[in-house]
Amino acid sequence: MKPKVAFFDFAGCEGDQLQIANLEEDLLALLDQVEVVSFREVMKEHSDNYDIAFIEGSCTRLQDEDRLKQIRKNAKIVVAIGSCATIGGINSLRNYRELDDVKKIVYGDSAKLFDAYTARPIDAVITVDAYVHGCPIDKEEFLNVVKSLLLGKKPDIPTYPVCVECKKNENVCAFERGQFCVGPVTRAGCNSCCINEETICWGCRGLVDNPNENSQKEVLIKYGLTVDDAISKFRLYFGWQERRK
Amino acid sequence: MKNRNLNLEVHHVTRVEGHGNIYVNVRDGTVEKCEWAIPEAPRFFEAMVVGRQYSELHHITSRICGICSIGHTLASLKATEAVMGIKISEQDLKLRKLALHAENLQSHMLHLGFLVLPDLLGVGSVIPLASSNPKEVKTVLRLHRKANEMSNLLCGRTTHPQRLMPGGFSKIPSIKELTSLRQKLKDSVPDLQAVAELFKSLSPKLPDFTRETEFIALTSPDEYALYDGKIGSTDTGTAPTSEYLSFANEYIVPISTAKRAKHARESYMVGALARFNLNYDKLSPLAKKTAEMFDLKPVCHNPFMNNIAQLIEVVHSLEDSIKLINELEAAGLKSQPDYNKPEIKVKAGGGVGAVEVPRGILFHDYTYNDKGYCTKANCIIPTNQNHGNIELDMKALLPKILDKPEKEIELNLEMLVRAYDPCISCSTHCIKVHFV
Repeated sequence: MKPKVAFFDFAGCEGDQLQIANLEEDLLALLDQVEVVSFREVMKEHSDNYDIAFIEGSCTRLQDEDRLKQIRKNAKIVVAIGSCATIGGINSLRNYRELDDVKKIVYGDSAKLFDAYTARPIDAVITVDAYVHGCPIDKEEFLNVVKSLLLGKKPDIPTYPVCVECKKNENVCAFERGQFCVGPVTRAGCNSCCINEETICWGCRGLVDNPNENSQKEVLIKYGLTVDDAISKFRLYFGWQERRK
Repeated sequence: MKNRNLNLEVHHVTRVEGHGNIYVNVRDGTVEKCEWAIPEAPRFFEAMVVGRQYSELHHITSRICGICSIGHTLASLKATEAVMGIKISEQDLKLRKLALHAENLQSHMLHLGFLVLPDLLGVGSVIPLASSNPKEVKTVLRLHRKANEMSNLLCGRTTHPQRLMPGGFSKIPSIKELTSLRQKLKDSVPDLQAVAELFKSLSPKLPDFTRETEFIALTSPDEYALYDGKIGSTDTGTAPTSEYLSFANEYIVPISTAKRAKHARESYMVGALARFNLNYDKLSPLAKKTAEMFDLKPVCHNPFMNNIAQLIEVVHSLEDSIKLINELEAAGLKSQPDYNKPEIKVKAGGGVGAVEVPRGILFHDYTYNDKGYCTKANCIIPTNQNHGNIELDMKALLPKILDKPEKEIELNLEMLVRAYDPCISCSTHCIKVHFV
């Protein structure tokens, strides 16, 4: 029997589910291996009987915790997909400001009418078995994680920083170009895709397990950058991870 | 249908982007409740960007929506560039227009092929169609894949573009890559014709329903406005984009949960049908021919025809992309420095960026301080502008279909919502109001 899979989304842009749709012909091949029983964005049918749950988006309010816990109960394996789900992602950018201020900026006098709490990744609420990092996720990496799970293996996620891949790709270092890049402390696995496009690493895959902070400091000193520059860039995606440290 | 009683609750309408609910209550043939409600979690983007530097805003606001991330990025860049007085080159303008076409193609094909087609073929999703109608599904996938390849080529990737930046691009494609894209687009015409004929054969299944409303879209004397133009209304004419607040008057509805927008009437519609209605004359020749196939003429007040307007726009985007590549080739593609970093002089002030994205007109409005940090932001999303019109359409449609079985009523209401191709994640910067 094919394993049953389901897709769910919380606070996010649904760009990761779009990446899955973007698998195009590969998606048809994947559908030969699994049975999709719930995927609100593309299908009307829904079942609570599934083996693997893929979850996109952050948990940003108390009322969503019940839904997450129910998914955890139903699924044998829970996979967080995309930065919002794996590390809190861009949503956690608002965690640096007082929640009341955040609400007031967007909703003015109606602020008190809105539910919200500190934006957090899925594993702040339920146990997560596997992660597909990135904003958005990489299609190939998603397929690799799914393949590993179907074979009963633990997916292989890099524990080294983006710089390793970037060097291999022979890119000119973003710092040499006078820009600030968080590649030195960001988890690899993206093949340094943004620097390959001649921009910077923004940190969407989250902090690497043991970030070498001293080496990051050396980089700052070497290029005449301040700790404030670093903190500011770290805030884009590392909001939840930094807070927990 | 005097005796008709109906209690319908559709939680989390499927095959739309984001979460929306339909509530219907009919007693003794009288509609007591007919609501379109949004339970999506709010995301607070306007607060997130405050304090961030101008070079980051497009990266952050791209994350408002995965499906129209190119459109959000472009609206964001246009707002920033308006503040800083940055002019982009003619070449970059054309490349940005191509990027916008790529997203329009991708998004419309996804909507038509994955989200709408199942309704017309009487199934719950595209998944069973893969085995029952493999030829059609593969045609849709091919077109969708080509649109994504185009986004990749222009933006670096399909979702959340990397190369777009204030003042231009970090990296641009080569002329060889562009001409090879042009060939792929040309080769797609038969596929597109097949899709048009498929929808033509299924179009009798689109409900024949009309409710007069106002349509708002960018409009321009020079082209079918997508990247640039003035704000146009079928009721009141045109105005500069800086006056967007007098068009998109946002308001809160008690009981119903979403902020909405209105202008000259109770509600208005944005999106492909609004653009078609306002800018029909500027469509490409083949797009006009496609409109003739469906006998679609402006001004059309049937919201279900938004699907067909999207199909017509797919044809237009394809043809106009070929034209843009021809122009780029004729002018000779100028190379730019490796690690391009346009010279930008930071200025304080406010500016508005307006772009037509797949689901309609999108506004980003930023204020920066003299250090280039954002102090205030406002984003007005197409789907927000449509919420009010969706509900009024539902209220007008429901009495006309009350004699149908419940399942069919439900399907018709869902099809109506889907016709708007709502992008609810996008619209949640101002959603979820509990009135107790």
